[in-house]
Amino acid sequence: MKVKSSYIPYFLILPAFAYLLFFVGYPLVQALYIAFTQNGQFSLATVRKTFADPYFWDALKYTIALAGVIVPTQVGLALILALTVNRAFKGKDFTIYALTIPLTISDVAAGLIWYAILSPSGFLNKLLLNIGLIHQPIYFFGYQYRHMEFLAIVLAELWRATSIVFVIILAGLQMISNEYLEAAEVFGADYWTRLRKIVIPLLKPSIQSALIIRTLFAMQIFGIVWILAGRDIPILAGEGFYRLTELKEYDVASIYALVIAGLSILLGALYIKFMKAEYLEVRR
Amino acid sequence: MNDETKFMLKKLIFYTFIFTVVAWIVIPIIISTLYGFALPRDYYDPKKILPTSFTIKYVKTLLFTLGALDGIKNSVIVALITITISFALGIPAGYAVAKFLFPGKDTIKLSIVALRMFPIPVMAIPLVVLYIKLNLIDTLLGVALAHTAMALPFVVLITSSIFAGVSTELEEAGMVFGLTRFGSFFRITLPLALPGLAAAAMFTFVMSWNEVFVASILTLSHRTLPAQILSIMAGASGGAAPDYYKFAAAFIMILPAITFIFFARKYLVTMWGITLK
Repeated sequence: MKVKSSYIPYFLILPAFAYLLFFVGYPLVQALYIAFTQNGQFSLATVRKTFADPYFWDALKYTIALAGVIVPTQVGLALILALTVNRAFKGKDFTIYALTIPLTISDVAAGLIWYAILSPSGFLNKLLLNIGLIHQPIYFFGYQYRHMEFLAIVLAELWRATSIVFVIILAGLQMISNEYLEAAEVFGADYWTRLRKIVIPLLKPSIQSALIIRTLFAMQIFGIVWILAGRDIPILAGEGFYRLTELKEYDVASIYALVIAGLSILLGALYIKFMKAEYLEVRR
Repeated sequence: MNDETKFMLKKLIFYTFIFTVVAWIVIPIIISTLYGFALPRDYYDPKKILPTSFTIKYVKTLLFTLGALDGIKNSVIVALITITISFALGIPAGYAVAKFLFPGKDTIKLSIVALRMFPIPVMAIPLVVLYIKLNLIDTLLGVALAHTAMALPFVVLITSSIFAGVSTELEEAGMVFGLTRFGSFFRITLPLALPGLAAAAMFTFVMSWNEVFVASILTLSHRTLPAQILSIMAGASGGAAPDYYKFAAAFIMILPAITFIFFARKYLVTMWGITLK
């Protein structure tokens, strides 16, 4: 039942599409207007003001640094996990369920959960003190321990969002036909050869997709940082939030929104270049 | 070393690895939940790794005095409005993408995939100005409208894959026996797609339940749960709440999401395109 050349599908898609266009288009235009005008005149004053603020550059630096540390680690971890779990063993269903639990946990909650582990009276410090491995608690929080705060954010974010990558890669793994692997085995390829020559190349689309999805969402990182570090570790979304809610500087906040949107569009262009929406095909 | 011990050793290493991974996920949840119910003297006692005496005082204070209960109510309302609007708009679009061939389809699909990546939460910043004009600021509807924009691309993608899985032949058979196209959609395709759609609704619920940026920016007194928690726990205005409140808050936030996903777990995995069997 594939009706060709009819107005029906457009009619069905139009409401959703119009809604999305409005919620992307309007804020974008509004942000450009707020950011680049003053009293109705074109002006770069806000841009200059934002760029002169060291917090802006710190926020850009930390946002990119966090993404740079977190995303590749997540993909590596998820790849190892998916390869390990993708076989028949006792307790497989439970293991996969446990691994997907963080999918449902928000960034704010993940931040709070990891605070329970890492705080000065937290689980990790008390455990290590009682074993006798340390004699002073390890401090993860506070402005003077910013490097440790960075580490705490990385740990919490790895814990929370590796699941998403894991699920994407596992889905990709399960789509690889067993026939390829069996054929390779018949011709004497050992596990590592099969992994290198068949599994990894066939997984490339899943890995790329996970990599880009995670990088894009990493540009918007907010809740977990706000809970664990506040403004000790400035990030783009957090600075935009602070400028808007605390200082009521709509213009500067808009620039932060535009910078995040710009980074996302740039990375999204890469995504479209590498990927095709093939998983949406009508499967016939 | 003979083959049998080699095999056993491999198995031991494998299960140690699996155990470590599961522990790494599960232990932080258990610990923070225990701490959420612990007495402060247990939490601050350096000798006590795990608390031994418990209280529901902090969860209660959080719920009834600090407004978390209202936050929960608001979150549920926002999520329900989000599901309603995003399904009303998303199901027709998903159906069209799954069952029709038409010029421009690839472009439309690609734009939906791309829109999913757009930082819509962050774009709530310029939206504030419009919301003030429209009197939508600090309303639950306003938050739900923005959450719909965030969830809609996902709903279209998920429903289109659900509809693609429902056999077109059944629909055609219905039409042969006198149903209209509309009728066969409502009488045949929709009931068959229902379990998948229910799972998609839970997915949307969790997405809205967990969203904090939009909700914090667009509301002040009508806060959703995460926004309420965030303003109590962090930020320049909130000041730092005592630690044990933080753990109680984490417990309140994760409980519904984990419960939902337990029931939807079968579909959750299908939704991402994998079958476990």
